[in-house]
Amino acid sequence: MAVLVFLDHESGIIRQASRSAVTAARALGEVHALVTGDASVAEAAARIDGVAKVLRAAGAAAAHELAEPLAAVIADLAPAYSHIVAASGASGKNVLPRAAALLDVQPIPDVVSIVDADTFVRPIYAGSALATVKSSDAKKVLTVRASSFDPAPAEGGAAPIEQVTVPEGPALSEFVSIALSQSERPELESARVIVSGGRGMQNEENFKLLNPLADRLGAAIGASRAAVDAGFVPNDYQVGQTGKIVAPELYIAVGISGAIQHLAGMKDSKIIVAINKDPEAPIFQVADYGLVGDLFDILPQVEAALDKAG
Amino acid sequence: MKVLVPVKRVIDFNIKPRVKADGTGVETAGVKMSMNPFDEIAVEEAVRLKEKGIATEVVAVSVGVQQAQDTLRTAMAMGADRAILVLTDVAVEPLGVAKILKALVAKESPDLVLLGKQAIDDDMNATGQMLAGLLGWAQGTFASKIEIADGKATVTREIDGGLETLTLALPAIVTADLRLNEPRYASLPNIMKARKKPLETIAPADLGVDVTPRLTIVSVAEPPARQQGIKVESAADLVARLRNEAKVI
Amino acid sequence: MAQQLQDEARKAMTEHARETMEFDIVIVGGGPSGLAAAIRLRQILPQATVCLIEKGSEIGAHILSGAVIEPRALDELLPDWRETGAPLNTPVTEEAMLFLTESRGYAVPMLDRVMPHMRNHGNYIVSLGDVCRWLAARAEEMGVEIYPGFAGADVLVEDGRVVGVVTGDMGIGRDGEPGPNYAPGMELRAKYTLFAEGCRGSLTKRLMAMYNLRKGVDPQTYGLGIKELWEVPAEQHRPGLVQHSFGWPLDNRTYGGAWMYHFGENLVSYGFVVGLDYPNTWLSPFDEMQRLKLHPSFRGTFEGGRRIAYGARALSEGGIQSIPRLTFPGGALIGDTAGFLNVPKIKGTHTAMKSGMLAAEAVAEAVAEAMEGGRVEPTSYTARVRKSWLWEELRAVRNVRPAFSRFGMKGGALYSGIDAMLLRGRAPWTLHHRHTDNEVLESASVSPPIAYPKPDGKITFDKLSSVFLSATNHEEDQPVHLKLRSDALWKTVNWDVFRAPESRYCPAGVYEVADAETAPRLQINAQNCVHCKTCDIKDPVQNIDWATPEGAGGPNYPGGM
Ligand SMILES: Cc1cc2nc3c(=O)[nH]c(=O)nc-3n(C[C@H](O)[C@H](O)[C@H](O)COP(=O)(O)OP(=O)(O)OC[C@H]3O[C@@H](n4cnc5c(N)ncnc54)[C@H](O)[C@@H]3O)c2cc1C
Ligand SMILES: Cc1cc2nc3c(=O)[nH]c(=O)nc-3n(C[C@H](O)[C@H](O)[C@H](O)COP(=O)(O)OP(=O)(O)OC[C@H]3O[C@@H](n4cnc5c(N)ncnc54)[C@H](O)[C@@H]3O)c2cc1C
Ligand SMILES: Cc1cc2nc3c(=O)[nH]c(=O)nc-3n(C[C@H](O)[C@H](O)[C@H](O)COP(=O)(O)OP(=O)(O)OC[C@H]3O[C@@H](n4cnc5c(N)ncnc54)[C@H](O)[C@@H]3O)c2cc1C
Ligand code: SF4
Repeated sequence: MAVLVFLDHESGIIRQASRSAVTAARALGEVHALVTGDASVAEAAARIDGVAKVLRAAGAAAAHELAEPLAAVIADLAPAYSHIVAASGASGKNVLPRAAALLDVQPIPDVVSIVDADTFVRPIYAGSALATVKSSDAKKVLTVRASSFDPAPAEGGAAPIEQVTVPEGPALSEFVSIALSQSERPELESARVIVSGGRGMQNEENFKLLNPLADRLGAAIGASRAAVDAGFVPNDYQVGQTGKIVAPELYIAVGISGAIQHLAGMKDSKIIVAINKDPEAPIFQVADYGLVGDLFDILPQVEAALDKAG
Repeated sequence: MKVLVPVKRVIDFNIKPRVKADGTGVETAGVKMSMNPFDEIAVEEAVRLKEKGIATEVVAVSVGVQQAQDTLRTAMAMGADRAILVLTDVAVEPLGVAKILKALVAKESPDLVLLGKQAIDDDMNATGQMLAGLLGWAQGTFASKIEIADGKATVTREIDGGLETLTLALPAIVTADLRLNEPRYASLPNIMKARKKPLETIAPADLGVDVTPRLTIVSVAEPPARQQGIKVESAADLVARLRNEAKVI
Repeated sequence: MAQQLQDEARKAMTEHARETMEFDIVIVGGGPSGLAAAIRLRQILPQATVCLIEKGSEIGAHILSGAVIEPRALDELLPDWRETGAPLNTPVTEEAMLFLTESRGYAVPMLDRVMPHMRNHGNYIVSLGDVCRWLAARAEEMGVEIYPGFAGADVLVEDGRVVGVVTGDMGIGRDGEPGPNYAPGMELRAKYTLFAEGCRGSLTKRLMAMYNLRKGVDPQTYGLGIKELWEVPAEQHRPGLVQHSFGWPLDNRTYGGAWMYHFGENLVSYGFVVGLDYPNTWLSPFDEMQRLKLHPSFRGTFEGGRRIAYGARALSEGGIQSIPRLTFPGGALIGDTAGFLNVPKIKGTHTAMKSGMLAAEAVAEAVAEAMEGGRVEPTSYTARVRKSWLWEELRAVRNVRPAFSRFGMKGGALYSGIDAMLLRGRAPWTLHHRHTDNEVLESASVSPPIAYPKPDGKITFDKLSSVFLSATNHEEDQPVHLKLRSDALWKTVNWDVFRAPESRYCPAGVYEVADAETAPRLQINAQNCVHCKTCDIKDPVQNIDWATPEGAGGPNYPGGM
């Protein structure tokens, strides 16, 4: 049987995370993609490498990816599929459990690894443990973690597009508005890149030396507790056990020793860079790339290297 | 308006769970348990609705072991009027919890069910959506703001990259996200008073619900430790590697 | 008159802000002494209302002990404990006392004759936290109202009589101003209040000053115990084994040693106690306990194992010479806050429980009399203590600990051997404690520096990753609960003379010196505090005052700890 993948989009652009879901789904069978929105979204979905067929749920009811009609569409389509998959984003998590309930299936969220058609690995306790679970449901409903699967190439496919109808029903919820954050600095929890400073920054003035680097990388700025306690930056910058838990693609720790309480908040970052003058600092034990030296020398050099690389 | 708030007893969020040496699960014996933090937010919101005169009664529900009573007492200390414990010694999955809640909704006829967006133990993030599906009600998940007026709920939701606002026809399901509010303390006088509030215990079977799990745990393991990387020689080398090797910039 | 008006105004104000609840007896602290007292009270006076508060987030969360316990008091309190599931599951089967040199360990021969107090047959290796959780469940079944997560922050005194306690305010910001979640503390009023705060209780300290309870007794002396709980490979586990050591790595002027108890399912309780009368300001109890694990007599046990919890707590070492007056109008001190610990045995659980039971009996009697307008002070408690096995036991060992201060570690060991074998504890003299622990610290310039090995991350660890395993936390936005009486004193005394000993003795990394090279100042990471009370004891000029933080803050020791 084929696998149905729900691809979510933002302002007409299919999210990269959804292309990761395509990759995960390919391990389970032929991939049929379900999309909402304009024809252009369906066309983009058709070009994704590995998508064999696109199902487009068009019309007002399906706009804005509202959970009630979408779950109904998925439940309607479900008989033809062994698995129903989406990326673990706000949209997939909103819709898929509802669809699963309609199918009398226990969903399996946040899959990080597929063992076989029934068996999946997923983090529990905020990633403190990995559970391998086996489902006895006839049909599996899962969301997958984008960071665990490479995105399928956006180009390379040429799948046919079919329209699907949205089942009639009372409009339970109505879209009012959407406000995407416009701030220059992304928020810590959702940033793709974070530049974080510790006690090694010495004072409030010096801490600002991180701004140009962060601007250059479109990064959010974080801090260790020691930096917050010393008053370099406000409380809401704190990353760690008692601060924010983050997992960006790139985390650059500058003048941070790497105490376990700090690591607790950022160790799931994809790539960790450490800049510290103490070669024995524990941060180097978790860093993918470590640079030993005085941060006040290194920061300008990094900026220069970035400028040079363009 | 009656509000139903399901609350779950989980390992306290301050405690780092420890995987059992035999890989069957996470150690819970002697470990401090508390109310799921998202559920505290849900209780707080329900109590605020009552304080604003919008809600008339707040009923807390928990599905779990006898000690989940403590969690319900906490909910009542925070301001819930009464509580229902659906007593079971077996672990119930979100599907089962949703079925139990559906049966309770039939009994209690609430206008709003306010849940946490996810429980911090299994991190399923599913129960509210599933209950909405089973009931055929509107759902507003990951709420950071709720307003109730004219038989409708206007809910602001935290979505990827921003906020979305929906109106929901009541009765509806709303799940609470972190920024919805900052829950109050259960104060000592209120804890003392909560001891006298009514707490009813029922069995899943009384509700005619089958909660047989669909998932079995094959194993639980600690995540692999992060491998130590390399030391680079220069800033230029670092930038080159981030670009070409790691492909993150 | 003005005073009276003022008092009334204040009373009216507090009454306005705080809710009040009346009980027959309020107990502050849910350790073995407080719980035993609560149970005993309901046994004697089933109608009495008994309320117990505990600052930990749950009963057991702040309990840190060895623990090999003697079931004597438990036998008296709940004779059916064996049938009702008390978590005393590992009887002691084997014991050893080692004298350590840097590379070797020598077992003390004829242990039970030379050190009869170390005899452990009939005793059990337990998690005292788990025992307390069990006692609390029993107490609740018997109708005791237990409220964990609430600290006794102040003593209520009216007309010279203690009439209860006030619990701490919640939701006060770091700046001292009430925040949006402010919940004022509550007045818990009682006919009698029992203080069961454990070693160096913060309210006890105030009571001692208020009622001059220490008049005519020796100063209290203390030890600091730092503990780790390990899960070890089954082939290295010897359930029932109790091993103690003295000697290396401490010098002859420093009292202390290690323990290692094998119990439960592959669990090992390991820890180290150091007498807080140590003179060397460079000494770091934490690093001593870490490096001792590398000794050949200990290392093999930990190899391939997993450390699962960490914590620290002070214990009272003064013995009966240092026990204060036990009662005052309206209440009494019980357990280790009064100093009922048998030091050479390092056991205070059975004595704490016994003192709680005796106080309960005295209070029960006083409650009955009070109804007829009788006594305000439960004085029969003192007499009951003096007549009990508790007093006899503590009296017999009274000279052991002071002998170590006086004659050094080796001389002390010799004295205690003679005391035990020849005098059988009945020496006609009593050795006294001449100093408080904070007075004997020597300056940085005369103290020999100590080089500690770097942690290896397998058997030895750094402080912060250790504190992590205590699951300690405090709400960040609250006033710092460790107060310096004078900031200036820190620089001139702690830094200039002693080079910040608090940065070494604090087992949780609370005290850090910032800008040491330029303008040294003390950074207090109050959030890390595991409530051991050492800083309150050992600060050279008693400049640090430990107050209760917001309830539920502090460590969250897990089951098994
Ligand atoms: C209950 C609890 C909760 C906690 N929660 C958190 C939390 O949420 N987040 C958090 O971060 N911490 C937390 N901590 C504190 C944590 O244990 C550490 O104390 C803290 O992370 C240290 O911050 P730091 O690395 O900036 O400072 P330090 O440990 O002082 O490290 C500073 C580093 O900067 C380096 N450095 C100095 N100057 C330079 C220079 N010129 N160039 C290059 N490098 C330089 C030094 O070599 C050193 O490694 C918590 C602790 C506890 C007990
Ligand atoms: C693979 C697997 C292993 C499990 N292992 C165990 C185990 O070892 N021990 C164990 O005790 N349980 C176990 N369970 C069951 C588990 O405790 C939950 O009841 C169930 O998985 C709910 O998931 P969740 O809490 O993450 O739901 P979520 O959907 O994340 O919860 C969202 C919200 O639903 C509400 N809610 C959820 N559960 C309850 C409840 N029980 N009562 C009231 N309200 C509730 C709360 O408002 C909560 O905030 C396991 C479940 C699975 C799937
Ligand atoms: C390292 C170490 C090893 C030991 N080993 C052994 C051993 O092997 N065998 C043995 O028998 N004994 C041992 N003891 C001694 C034994 O643990 C104590 O004597 C015993 O715990 C004392 O009981 P307690 O009830 O007086 O105080 P504690 O057990 O200290 O309990 C006091 C309780 O009161 C709470 N509290 C304190 N102040 C307040 C307040 N203001 N408001 C609310 N709550 C408060 C505390 O959080 C705590 O839970 C050891 C002690 C230590 C430190
Ligand atoms: S601050 Fe004081 S009481 Fe707290 S852990 Fe350190 S020494 Fe112990």
